[in-house]
Amino acid sequence: MLENFSFRTIVEYLPLFGQGLITTVWLSALSFVGALAVGIVLSAMHLQRGWLFRVPAKAYIDAVRATPLLAQLYFLYFGLPRLGFILPELVVGILALSLNSGAYVAEIIRAGILSIPRGHAEAGVASGMTYVQRMRLVILPQAFKVTIPPLLGQAIVLVKDSALLSLISVAELTRAGQLLASDRFMPAEGFITIAAFYLMLYYCLKGLAALSGRWLGLAGART
Amino acid sequence: MIWQQLQSLVGSYPLAVRGLGMTVMLSLISLVLGTLLGFGLGVLRTGGNRLISTAIGTWVDLIRGTPFLVQIFLIFFILPELGVELDAFTAGIIALTNLAACFICEIVVAGIRSVPTGQVEAALASGLSRWQRMRQVVLPQAMRIVLPPLVGQYVLLIKDSSVVSAIGLTDLTRVGWLVVQRVPNGLLVFFLVGLGYFIVCYPLIMLARRLERRMGAAHGEVQL
Repeated sequence: MLENFSFRTIVEYLPLFGQGLITTVWLSALSFVGALAVGIVLSAMHLQRGWLFRVPAKAYIDAVRATPLLAQLYFLYFGLPRLGFILPELVVGILALSLNSGAYVAEIIRAGILSIPRGHAEAGVASGMTYVQRMRLVILPQAFKVTIPPLLGQAIVLVKDSALLSLISVAELTRAGQLLASDRFMPAEGFITIAAFYLMLYYCLKGLAALSGRWLGLAGART
Repeated sequence: MIWQQLQSLVGSYPLAVRGLGMTVMLSLISLVLGTLLGFGLGVLRTGGNRLISTAIGTWVDLIRGTPFLVQIFLIFFILPELGVELDAFTAGIIALTNLAACFICEIVVAGIRSVPTGQVEAALASGLSRWQRMRQVVLPQAMRIVLPPLVGQYVLLIKDSSVVSAIGLTDLTRVGWLVVQRVPNGLLVFFLVGLGYFIVCYPLIMLARRLERRMGAAHGEVQL
C-alpha cells in the first residue's frame, strides 16, 4: 500500500534527481541539434530529383520509421564496438537519438518545403532567381514558419524517448528513479517523482509550442 | 568465425519465433482494446459533459507527457503495492492499451470536431437520437480524418511494444538482447531484429500514406 509513501526519501534523493534532470535536458538538447543536422541533410537529399541521393535518403527514413528506437539503440550499443568504435554509453545514446529523430525531422522539413505553393517557386524562376536564391529568399523563410510547431512536437517526443537510454545505463532522469527504486525498494517514490519531472519538461515544451504558433501567426496551429 | 555465428543464430530460431509471437500478441491485443477504449473516450470527451471531458483531457495529457518506459515501471511496480497482483504480460497489455487509447482518443476527437455543425443540426432536426447522430452521421464522416493517423498510431504501438522488454517480457527486442550475449555480433543480430519489425510495420506505413492520399482526394482537398 502507498500509505507509507516517503517524501523524506525523495528529498534525500533530490540531488540525484536534479543531476538526472540536468543530464536529460542537455543530452536531449544536444540530440535535438544533431537531429536537426541529420534532418536538414536528409530532407535536402530526399528532395533531389535524381535517384542517387533521393533513394538512399528515403530508404534510411523508412528504415528508421519502421523499427523501434530501442532496437536501433541496441544496434548501435552492441554493434559499434564490433566495428572498432568503443564509445561511452552517453555518446552512443546521443548518437542513437540524433539518428532516430533526424529521420522524423527530415519528414517535417520536407513537408514544410512542399507546403509552399508551386507558384512561389515559379515566380522566383520568372524573376530570374537561381535555385539557391529561390530556396534562400522565397521557399525556406516561409517553410521555416510552418515547421517550428511540429519540430517542437518532435522535441517533446525526443525528451520522452531519452528515457530509453536508462536501459544502457546512462545516468539520466529515469536511471535516477530506477536507482531509488532498487536501492530502497521504493518504486512508487522513484517513478512517481521522475514522472512529475518529465511532466514539467512536457508542459514547458508544450507551452513553448503554443507560444511559437501564436508568434508566427499560424491559424489553428496544433502540435 | 562468421560461419559459427550464423550456425549459432540459426540455432536461436525457435527463440526468435517466440519473440516475434510475443510482439505480435502484445500489439494485437492492445491494438484491439486500445482502439475500442480510444473511440469510447473520444466520443465521451466530445459528449458535452464538461467534467468528463476535463477528466479525460487531463489523463490524456498525463500519458502524453511521460515516457512510456516510466509508465510501464509505474504499472508493473506500483499496482502490486496497491494490492493488484499482475504478471509482466498483463502489465504490458495494460500499459500499451492505455497508451494507445490516449493517442487514439486525441485522433477521434480531432475527427469528430472536423464534422461541420450543420450536419449535427440536420440530424437533430431529423429527430435522430444522440446515439443515432453519433453512429450514423458524425462517426462515418469523422472516419475520413481518423483513419490515416489511426493506422500511423498502430505502427507506433508495435514499435512501443519493444519497450516492454524492460520488464522482462521475451519479445523480439528481448530475444535480440539474449542472443547477442551468446553471438557477439550486435550489428547482425539487431539488423535481423529490425528486419522483423520492418516487415510488420512498413506495409502499415505504406497503408497510412495511401489512405492519407485517398481520403484527401475524396474530400476534394488540394494535396500539396
